[in-house]
Amino acid sequence: MYQTFKLAFRNIGRNKTRSLLSALAVAIGMALLLLMAAVLEGEMRGSMQNSIKLQSGHLQIHAASYDENKISLKWEDLIEQPEQVIEKLKSLPQVTVATPRLVASAILTMGDESKGVQILGIDPASEANQPFRNGMIDGQFIEADDREGVLVGQTLADKLGLKVNDNINLLMTTSNGDVDEQLFAVRGIYSTHIPSYDENTVFMPLAKAQAFTATENHASTIFVMLQNQEQANPVAQALTSSNLKVLTWRDQNALITQFEDFAGVFMIMFYLVVLGITATVVTNTLVMAVFERTREIGILAAIGMKGRGIMAQFLAEAALLATGGVIGGLLIGGALVAYFTIYGIYIGDYGVTGLLFEDHIYAHLTLENTITLTIVTYIITLIASLYPARLAARLEPVEALHGLGA
Amino acid sequence: MEVTNVTNATRVFKIGEVETKALRGVSLSIEDSEFTALVGPSGSGKTTLLQLIGLLDQPTMGSVSINGTNATHLNRNQRADLRRNAIGFVFQFFALIPTLTAYENIEMPLLLNGMKAADRKQRVNEMLEAVGLSDRAHHRPDQLSGGQQQRVAVARALATNPKLILADEPTANLDTENGKQIMDIMQRLNQETGVTFVFATHDPRVIGYAKRVVTLQDGLITNDSKTNGES
Repeated sequence: MYQTFKLAFRNIGRNKTRSLLSALAVAIGMALLLLMAAVLEGEMRGSMQNSIKLQSGHLQIHAASYDENKISLKWEDLIEQPEQVIEKLKSLPQVTVATPRLVASAILTMGDESKGVQILGIDPASEANQPFRNGMIDGQFIEADDREGVLVGQTLADKLGLKVNDNINLLMTTSNGDVDEQLFAVRGIYSTHIPSYDENTVFMPLAKAQAFTATENHASTIFVMLQNQEQANPVAQALTSSNLKVLTWRDQNALITQFEDFAGVFMIMFYLVVLGITATVVTNTLVMAVFERTREIGILAAIGMKGRGIMAQFLAEAALLATGGVIGGLLIGGALVAYFTIYGIYIGDYGVTGLLFEDHIYAHLTLENTITLTIVTYIITLIASLYPARLAARLEPVEALHGLGA
Repeated sequence: MEVTNVTNATRVFKIGEVETKALRGVSLSIEDSEFTALVGPSGSGKTTLLQLIGLLDQPTMGSVSINGTNATHLNRNQRADLRRNAIGFVFQFFALIPTLTAYENIEMPLLLNGMKAADRKQRVNEMLEAVGLSDRAHHRPDQLSGGQQQRVAVARALATNPKLILADEPTANLDTENGKQIMDIMQRLNQETGVTFVFATHDPRVIGYAKRVVTLQDGLITNDSKTNGES
């Protein structure tokens, strides 16, 4: 084995440029795959974490009849006295945050401009709103007793030219079906770095939202964060009752999971294309080596090396090329992934309904992806060498030696 | 004892629709310790006959046996085993592996034989000494002269202690002095170790070393005679 690899190592060194280019093809292919896998993982992971943090929480509790797609404000579709449910929730050790929210649709008008938005009535003091508090870029966060103040997202502010202290008009349908409108002041502008979210979500204090929509001490949902997202199912089962339904983060983010599955299929096709190109380069290199070294193959056969020994020789060369390529791929891919993990890739407003993509995708390379891609690249490179290796092994000694005049 | 026996061997090469009969029914028996020259003009079939004896090729008809083993029906691997254990080769163009040193080239057939490292080392050094190249052991072929390369090839052919060495035009690419050195070495090893040499040549100076001269013409043996082989 050692001798086989020693000879393989020297053979690779005979045409350094060609070997280097072949290993580089493997390295670039692998680096590309690592980057793609990391970007996709980062995108999916980011979207899921954003959704949990900003939208779904680990759990959401609704009234049994509530349809989250219709945003009903009828009392029978809302949770009455949400504080009582929250008291019960807080007695559970897994629950870290539980806060009521009222969701309503509205039309925001400023001057001649109008825009459909979602109003989120929140308890400003709740820890669940920390991501918005942290994302304040101008003005101040709303207070619980503020009767006229709202927060708007940066994207919406940019589109409508809104500034802090500007007045906006909100038109909403109330719980009893009436239409009401009121003037509000922009207290502050926040950014979640998710353009689709920032364009469509306006925050106001829960009490004001309840008063405005005539929902009086009702909430659309109770947003719950747990110590660990894996606790969602058991806690949900414990909380489900005849008048309440509990949705886990998985239930609410099925679209992300489906998108992830679709992206996974796309990635497999991308792997096949990139590795197919890489394999072609390796096959080409080794076929050239077989033709260049036909005489030597004949000599080895003449002194008694069997076909499998000759095959092993070329497989060893492929293994060395693969090793060099994989190491190069890990270094190049690792550097690219590290860069995009820190600085991200700017994608702007990539608005897909139900998916909260940030304006940057931050790469996230998992150990599992790294190991899988390393093994797959290695195996594909070895498979690519099977044809030239068999070609060499099947040469008749006398044909191989022909060039020697033997 | 008979080292090789070729019985009524025919070898037909077919290129497209054209058939070329390189051998037309050759029978030849080589005994232990012979120093035999196959001679004849180009195209006479001497190289083809050497390839059949060396199990590098198979006869279209007829049979070849090595040390009493009929090789006609052996598969590729069995023929490789027999070649490795019983036959050594010296080719016209030296035929060394360019990435290996002289030492490593001689060591290669011993590695294939599975010889232990210590025994290998001893045997390679013996062979290097036998061909007068101990001081060139760690030189690669491109650092050796043509004569030195052919001496390495002779040492490699003899390393596994085969009964039979086949040499195809071993001096064709050497100058007179180096050609003489190679033939002297081969003759000395034949006399000292009793290993059988069969070599194809049309160089009269080389033919002079042979104790037996087999002449081929148009794929047939036309003469088979013993000589004094004194060079």
